[in-house]
Amino acid sequence: MQSKILVAALACAFAWPASATADNTQLAAELAALQEQIAQMRTAYEGRIAALEEKLAAADKRRADDATTPAQTASQARSQAPVAHGGASAFNPEISLILQGAYKRAKEVEERHIGGFVGAAHHHDGDEHGDDKRGFLLDHSELVLAANIDPHFRGQTTVALLDGEAELEEAWFQTTSLGHGVGIRAGRFFSGIGYLNEQHAHQWDFYEQPLMYKALFGEHGYSQDGVQLKWVAPLATFLEFGAEIGRGQNFPGTERNLNGANSRALFAHVGGDIGTSSSWRAGLSWLQTRAEERENHFESEVFGEAHGAFSGRSRVWIADFVYKWAPDGNPARRNFKLQAEYFHRKENGHLAVEDEESPWRTRQSGYYLAGVYQFTPNWRAGLRYDRLDSGRQFLGDNPAGIEIEHYQPRRVSAMVDYSWSEFSRLRLQLSRDRAMPGVIDNQVMLQYVMSLGSHGAHKF
Amino acid sequence: MMKRILAFFLLVCTLPAAATVKVLATLPEWEALAREIGGERVEATSATSARQDPHRIEARPSLIARARAADLVVATGAELEIGWLPVLLRESGNSRIQPGQPGYLETAALVRLRDVPHAVDRSMGDVHAAGDPHFHLDPRNIAPVAVALAERLARIDPAGAETYRANLARFQARWQAALTRWEAEGAALKGVAFLQAHRSFGYLADWLGMENRGELEPKPGVEPGGAHLSRIVANQQSAPAALILHAAYQDEAAGRWVADRAGIPLVLLPYTVGGTPQAGDLFGLFDDTLARLNRAVRGRP
Repeated sequence: MQSKILVAALACAFAWPASATADNTQLAAELAALQEQIAQMRTAYEGRIAALEEKLAAADKRRADDATTPAQTASQARSQAPVAHGGASAFNPEISLILQGAYKRAKEVEERHIGGFVGAAHHHDGDEHGDDKRGFLLDHSELVLAANIDPHFRGQTTVALLDGEAELEEAWFQTTSLGHGVGIRAGRFFSGIGYLNEQHAHQWDFYEQPLMYKALFGEHGYSQDGVQLKWVAPLATFLEFGAEIGRGQNFPGTERNLNGANSRALFAHVGGDIGTSSSWRAGLSWLQTRAEERENHFESEVFGEAHGAFSGRSRVWIADFVYKWAPDGNPARRNFKLQAEYFHRKENGHLAVEDEESPWRTRQSGYYLAGVYQFTPNWRAGLRYDRLDSGRQFLGDNPAGIEIEHYQPRRVSAMVDYSWSEFSRLRLQLSRDRAMPGVIDNQVMLQYVMSLGSHGAHKF
Repeated sequence: MMKRILAFFLLVCTLPAAATVKVLATLPEWEALAREIGGERVEATSATSARQDPHRIEARPSLIARARAADLVVATGAELEIGWLPVLLRESGNSRIQPGQPGYLETAALVRLRDVPHAVDRSMGDVHAAGDPHFHLDPRNIAPVAVALAERLARIDPAGAETYRANLARFQARWQAALTRWEAEGAALKGVAFLQAHRSFGYLADWLGMENRGELEPKPGVEPGGAHLSRIVANQQSAPAALILHAAYQDEAAGRWVADRAGIPLVLLPYTVGGTPQAGDLFGLFDDTLARLNRAVRGRP
């Protein structure tokens, strides 16, 4: 019975759009029919039409004389329409380059980390992004190339460039012709989990991502080498489901040399409008990965500074919510955005430190809440509060004497930014960072974000 | 119970087949035109309202849901909707409305655009490489769009082809008659010099023979500053403008400032359908535009 319903539902989904297409040749026939009909109407309303016709002829003549708006049919116009670029370059992809940099004033802190949380390993030695460095900073320059591949696919790649390294942040293609609300994306892409995860650094409203994201995935959000399937339900309310499987080599998982998938993700989004001025989106996401000998530094009573290797399962749940307001739904001048995300992570496995092995079971959580108000076309101001909870960390008898930090890392950030246009932005941010026990770090950041090239379209 | 559930699914399946053609217009003028041509057979909505800046719209979840259901998207093109429409189309998972498909109609391709820049550079502001996209304000440009829209609707919904043809013919006759009337009403506006908040009214000016003395924005999409506005007021000495035009979605502060200092009226024009209470449809849009312009010109001392 269950399967019958499924079959019926599937049949339903595929039979849904009953739109038919007709041949181009039919158009000519239709035009002829149209002329015929006008002729019929003419005979029927001879008297009235005659007067109209005179005016029509006069208008037609005027229009023919007017070079700026010649009377033309749709097909003629298409062939006459000016082509902006010619030759081989007409098919060049949309290219944009994002320049980002900052001046940052912060305390000198040894081994900066988030208290009570194991850190995501950095991609490369010495590449510690903005967070651990201070003074004058140059962030990655992001090069984005995107284009439709053919009527069926679209592709995009994002390369982050900095000092002799080119990191491939994204390289994916997605389907555009499947229909029925289905979209498939494959390659390397930012996972659809959470709200902020898919956004690039230049879209962030603050200098750095929330503590929550750093604790969960490290510096760049969670990216998948794999496949994503999304489906938008055919409803008046926005309802979208997504599923991903992938290599799962990034924190909190590790490279595992498998034939199968090491990461699985599911997410659902729902959203809509409230009146003409407000809109919202809420989401629930789940991510599961496995780690094999995921290395981290630990302070051990037995070994001093020690390497620990975690092997086991890591599961993350994220709830996210975004609310946007703009008077009459026109965000050009004034708008407000409120966003919040909450996560809960459970890790279950064991930790090997030198020769000692112990169980490793953690349940940790955290959230952030951010509001950004654009009060004139150029100026925005925002406030963000970050809070994490190191939660439960169980190491059994803890034979290696690992020092467990119990802490609630938190941070308050206030920013104000000025945009000369959609393509340039300068931001001043003040943060009171208490991500580490015993350290209160008052930070000042002055950051620029500049976009060159094609006009990107951003998601909600 | 199971039979009931199956029956429900079948019902849900058959419902959309009998339903009307869903048209998602990016702008109110195309929604209005779809109503004229489609009549009862279409269910037309607009992604934006007259109070919203069509350059700056968010790809809201509700719009994705509407794009998912749409049989036909009618857009302006010429980069007007570049910041949001591509996302809507991609995220909708709706193959029928992708560019190149019968369900995607880009109207800017049907007319010749004015102000096509010879070179584009962002130092010129938010310029449109394809030309000025606000072409609907020359009512003569509506006619070819109406023809193309009727063609598309007939392709998507062949059963309604007769209706679309008849509606098109009726609309064309009414439009031609209205054009003649509007051109008579607009005779007094020939040669009237004006300033405008954004480059929104170029086509309207071309049609009526009005003279554009420039924009309050120093560059397209760039907010005017005090120095720039002072220069505009100073220019009134050498090349005076009689009116300042702005649309419902544009801020009137800058226009008010100049109007007060230059002693000329600031005129709100509907710009699109729904921009003023009188602009209820495409005919109302031009009726009211001309009425407001004539009132402002006549009221001038």
